[in-house]
Amino acid sequence: MPQINFKRVPTSERDPKERARNFEEVNLGYTAEQAIEEAKRCLQCKNRPCVAGCPVEVYIPEFIKLISEGDFKGAIAKNKEKNNLPGICGRVCPQESQCEAKCTLGVKGDPVSIGKLERFVADQEIKDGVKAPEAPVKNGLKVAVVGAGPSSLTCAADLARMGYEVTIFEALHKPGGVLSYGIPPFRLPRNIIETEVNYVKNLGVQIKMDVLIGKSTTIKELFDGGYKAVFIGSGAGLPSFLNIPGENSNGVFSANEYLTRVNLMKAYKFPNFDTPVWLGKRVAVVGCGNVAMDSVRTALRLGAEKAMIVYRRTSNEMTARVEEYHHAQEEGVEFNWLTNPLEILADEKGRVTGMKCVKMRLCEPDASGRCRPEPIPGSEFTVELDTVIIALGTSPNPLIAQTTPELKTAKHGNLIVDDKYQTTMPGVFGGGDAVTGSATVIQAMGAGKIAARSIDEYIKAK
Amino acid sequence: MFTILEKRDLADKICEYVFEAPLVAKKARPGQFVILRLDEEGERIPITLADTDPKTGRIKIVVQAIGTTTNRLHCFEKGGAIADIIGPLGTPTHLDGFKKAVCVGGGVGIACIHPIAKELKAMGVQVTSIIGSRCKDLVFFEDEMRAASHELIVTTDDGSYGRKGLVTGPLAELLQGADKADVVFSVGPVIMMREVAKATKPYEVKTYVSLNPIMVDGTGMCGACRVSVGGVTKFGCVDGPDFDGHQVDFDLLMKRLAMFKEMEQQSLGLWQKEGCKCHK
Repeated sequence: MPQINFKRVPTSERDPKERARNFEEVNLGYTAEQAIEEAKRCLQCKNRPCVAGCPVEVYIPEFIKLISEGDFKGAIAKNKEKNNLPGICGRVCPQESQCEAKCTLGVKGDPVSIGKLERFVADQEIKDGVKAPEAPVKNGLKVAVVGAGPSSLTCAADLARMGYEVTIFEALHKPGGVLSYGIPPFRLPRNIIETEVNYVKNLGVQIKMDVLIGKSTTIKELFDGGYKAVFIGSGAGLPSFLNIPGENSNGVFSANEYLTRVNLMKAYKFPNFDTPVWLGKRVAVVGCGNVAMDSVRTALRLGAEKAMIVYRRTSNEMTARVEEYHHAQEEGVEFNWLTNPLEILADEKGRVTGMKCVKMRLCEPDASGRCRPEPIPGSEFTVELDTVIIALGTSPNPLIAQTTPELKTAKHGNLIVDDKYQTTMPGVFGGGDAVTGSATVIQAMGAGKIAARSIDEYIKAK
Repeated sequence: MFTILEKRDLADKICEYVFEAPLVAKKARPGQFVILRLDEEGERIPITLADTDPKTGRIKIVVQAIGTTTNRLHCFEKGGAIADIIGPLGTPTHLDGFKKAVCVGGGVGIACIHPIAKELKAMGVQVTSIIGSRCKDLVFFEDEMRAASHELIVTTDDGSYGRKGLVTGPLAELLQGADKADVVFSVGPVIMMREVAKATKPYEVKTYVSLNPIMVDGTGMCGACRVSVGGVTKFGCVDGPDFDGHQVDFDLLMKRLAMFKEMEQQSLGLWQKEGCKCHK
């Protein structure tokens, strides 16, 4: 029996000072030698605890074994049996709280770096040239998928593999959903999205851009047009704001707007691209999830001299991945814990000049188990700023539910679904942020996967 | 890609385009808009629909060259194609329940008031329209608006055509007497819409204005188009673009419209230097 190695092989990263000024990918990934070495650490547990932690049920020990044997082509093929978007997942999944959290090695040492290995095989395949998948035999049954984000791409690809003729309808001009408009290229390079969307297309999935279901056409019309089932993965809707004075001042943006300008519209290439973005020198991002990290690190890359997080709780309660938090720290982001904005201040032209905040303290945990923050009287202070980005999450997009009375929604507009991801309208399924509100890419993909199975069952039972 | 089927010069720097966009044409209602993007480098801008025909799948927009995108669009000729048109977006104008309407269009907003007047007339509402331009050379859609209204009043700021003065002059007259209008719809420059709302306020006539805040996605995702109506923040792209003119904070709208002014000028300057790369 080989000796157990508790220490993971690290990946190299770009120098924080250099990378904080450009949009190049931060993590450089494994070399082939490093990947093999890391893969050899896998214990190949018979009970496969890691797989139980993966929402898309990737054959984890199996693909890692193939890497350890140097069979990278075999490894990516094995991975893709379950996962249609490995290069994306390998980068943006919170593995530390999913597959890697269940890794047996994690009990006494570092869990196997499953995410980085997945990314390695995906990148290796791109280097070698991605083999187009064999087009599945068509069964002649049409399914419509609304939105081209992670849950939709997963659902569409799985259905195409089963033989369905799948059409995705996307409102924006590029597929990918949050992968394209939300996640910055320094975390997810655009060629990875392009490659993996192409892979889905090569499975026979058609993607129609510039179609907004609920406005351009309706769910009912899709059924009338011969679609046997519909999957709604329409994603995030209106961004949440603080509802404090001054929030409509010039220089206050939702994270959605700020990131969309930069990532989807390529405003960081202005004026070569036509879309402008506010170039703040002193930027505060309110919130401390992954979107907040993306926003604050983007602000640095756009030339901010000071970029800070303002969060009413502490690092213990933040929802951002530890990796993102560390990257932000290394790049010079300032963290203001236990701080809550009260008012955004502006000059006579309506431009942001600062933000009035109050210090908070954590009290006894409330019903949700999280410590409730409470303002400390008399601790108000003002911080000088020219930009405020609000990253407090979003509510699901309301457009489809508004035009489809059969679709019931919960209080915040989330589509109500059963355990098979079927909505209250027969034949209509839903997943991703449209159902859960702001959540992770992999959760959305997991929902898309289960929904694909449910759609297959639904159509076959008819 | 979306092909330009027709292009017509209406006035100085104002062009009318007819595109093939069947999904938009089939569903569009008065007051709705599209977002368009010219090409890979282009931005997404909202343009209110001037006319649609569900039978032919054609839509009509009228565009005044002001910024980079609108100037760049004017380089496209008939037969050319732009990358994206999505719509119809926004909540349609509320048209039900009126007997006598005044439709006020100013500048390029004349094109946007057109479908509203046309639909009201078709619904049997008595429609008087007022269209205002700076001078005679900028007057357009006179025939279209005459056909869409029972009565048409044309004003120019300098008196070079029609009645001299602003649209608010004839508007005030229509708001008096027992037989006054019960609703006013207004599309045009922010200052004009503000003045229209001011003029109708004392008469307590319901006044709808169509707001044109900066948008990015236009589908209720980014929140760029925040406007304040009755002290409450609304999203122009999904809650609007029509709002109660007596409740709108026009000052805020004007400030927010100037948000990227310097960068817009930089972009336009660059475009002017490089010249028009014609798209055929």
